[in-house]
Amino acid sequence: MIDSLRASRYRNLMITAVVITAVALFPLLRPPLDGLVDDMILALAYVVMALGLNIVVGVAGLLDLGYVAFYAFGALCVGWLGSDHFSAINGGKGIHFGVSEFQSLLAGIHINWLLIVLAAIIVTAVAGMIIGLPTLRLRGDYIAIVTLAFGEIIGRFAQNGDEVKIGEYAFSNGRQSISPTDQINLPFYGEFNSALNLRPYYWVVLTLVVLVLFVNFRLRDSRLGRAWIALREDEVAAASMGIPLVKTKLLSYGIGAAFGGMSGAFLGSYLNSVNGIQFQFGFSIFILAMVILGGLGSIWGVVLGAVLLSFINSRLIPDVIDPALTDLDAGFTASQISFGVFGFMLVLMMVLRPEGILPERRRQLELKEGIGTGETSCVGGGGGDPVVQARA
Amino acid sequence: MSTPANPPEKPGATPEPAPGGGAAPGNGFLLEAVGVTKAFGGLVAVDDVNFSIPPRSIVSVIGPNGAGKTTFFNMLTGLYKPTLGRISFAGEDVTGRRPDKITKSGMARTFQNIRLFGTMSAVENVMVGGHSRTKAGLLGSVLRTPGVRREEKLSREKARETLAYVGLRPESFDQISVNLSYGDQRRLEIARALASDPKLLLLDEPTAGMNPNESARLTAFMRQLRDERDLTILLIEHDMKVVMEVSEYVTVLDHGQKIAEGKPQDVRKDERVIEAYLGKQG
Repeated sequence: MIDSLRASRYRNLMITAVVITAVALFPLLRPPLDGLVDDMILALAYVVMALGLNIVVGVAGLLDLGYVAFYAFGALCVGWLGSDHFSAINGGKGIHFGVSEFQSLLAGIHINWLLIVLAAIIVTAVAGMIIGLPTLRLRGDYIAIVTLAFGEIIGRFAQNGDEVKIGEYAFSNGRQSISPTDQINLPFYGEFNSALNLRPYYWVVLTLVVLVLFVNFRLRDSRLGRAWIALREDEVAAASMGIPLVKTKLLSYGIGAAFGGMSGAFLGSYLNSVNGIQFQFGFSIFILAMVILGGLGSIWGVVLGAVLLSFINSRLIPDVIDPALTDLDAGFTASQISFGVFGFMLVLMMVLRPEGILPERRRQLELKEGIGTGETSCVGGGGGDPVVQARA
Repeated sequence: MSTPANPPEKPGATPEPAPGGGAAPGNGFLLEAVGVTKAFGGLVAVDDVNFSIPPRSIVSVIGPNGAGKTTFFNMLTGLYKPTLGRISFAGEDVTGRRPDKITKSGMARTFQNIRLFGTMSAVENVMVGGHSRTKAGLLGSVLRTPGVRREEKLSREKARETLAYVGLRPESFDQISVNLSYGDQRRLEIARALASDPKLLLLDEPTAGMNPNESARLTAFMRQLRDERDLTILLIEHDMKVVMEVSEYVTVLDHGQKIAEGKPQDVRKDERVIEAYLGKQG
């Protein structure tokens, strides 16, 4: 049995390697400034976010409706540390570290993108835990409400950030974007240029995806992964088995948020601007829909869900549905109501196939048979134990 | 984790000396609850109960339905914070301590209505039970360092051993726990509790739903646990046959109050106990 397990693990590893290599070679078949490559880059950036949200929602079972906050913080890190946003700093000469010769002539803070990503990871992980803190004493729907509110707060802050000032330094540029942001600049390669060649961006975001996949798989089969599943299934039993609820939940919030920040920092640089208008509630639903569409808790499912929804957003809606609606004289386009479309897909999915396209084994049991959800306890006894004080 | 020294002297009530039992240094009891009270709003579920467990003993709490037994249990294991009173365990004050910390200090429990992690295999359930005895952190798990790898392997092996010890058949080890038979689920809950290397094992109605044969086997198993693993066992039980057979001491709760305690043969003759169970005669 161990041998067959090892063989199947080896086979999975081989398939993964082949798929990733194929995906990595894809842009070489297309021109350097290809629209499809551009869409793929966005899709892969969303994969990183969806995999982050999956740890919080899919694995630890904490519904988070404010994930956009981490996109915002990650992108703002680029806005703060890689643009002329703080142009007055250091007497207008700017602060520079590890950037190209051209960038080091600019005003504002300009720090190497790799360090910005590191900063984004730290900032968002801390933000994630802070947002997690007030939800620790809450359950189910109430967690969703609090995270929703936090997402809104951060989004509003970003949108009106030009008015939020410490001294002369504004939080963001509000609805005027912070632009241009610095291009990625890697050691041994030099500065990217998204106006000439998209391929380097593609490979960078693919590297992020591989990294995040690796972390996801390692954590899934670890002591921490088991603790998350245990507390998702039964908090009281988990606490009684020695799992510290606060620490374990905060770790899931922190890691989930860090992935969001990482992807946000990538997009902030790739899109060349950071605009407050990007950070709206609809974006949280967009990412959540990816997780649910693919399959809560299922790593490959979430990857698939993210790519699918991303292409529905970037191709299907503008290229197929919108022209059809125009032909019908509908008077509106699907792009205008795209978040409504995603919300509707969420509802459809929850009704028809709540376990997602590629379901995770455990979640399938939970959603199909009600196992481990507290609705039906294992054997005997009516689930809802009155242990109201299971303290965090 | 501290291992307190043996108590210098046992109180007269203690039936036998307990070599190696982790007793509180002061008074010789492994667990002691003083004046423990729990009120939910106006309802006093547990009222000023004094209670103690000598090391390496098997002690029962009995009482009619709604007497406050499980509430009392939940206070000992940290799920409820006592409204009043103090609880000390292995020489430390554990009043109001978090459940996971109490588990770490050496108390483990099972639940009246089985609360296994339904979608996990039997082995994984037991591995979760060992959470407080393992250390692998975030970074170690992601990098899968040699230490983490070794710990994971050890914890898996230990889980399988524990499952065999409680009498699960090897072919059930990798089955998800909802698919196990009722008896195996009960056994698995005990294995999961044992995975935290407890000094005190709290069993909440372990024979509920068992036939007399299975109950008898569990009774024998409790003795075996005590003798082989140096465990102290606290039992909430409805089955009088089990209680009378296995316990060295019995505490009777009724309406949240302790109405009797002592050796089983004395308690069963106590008039207030008979009254609580059968109503007033006459």
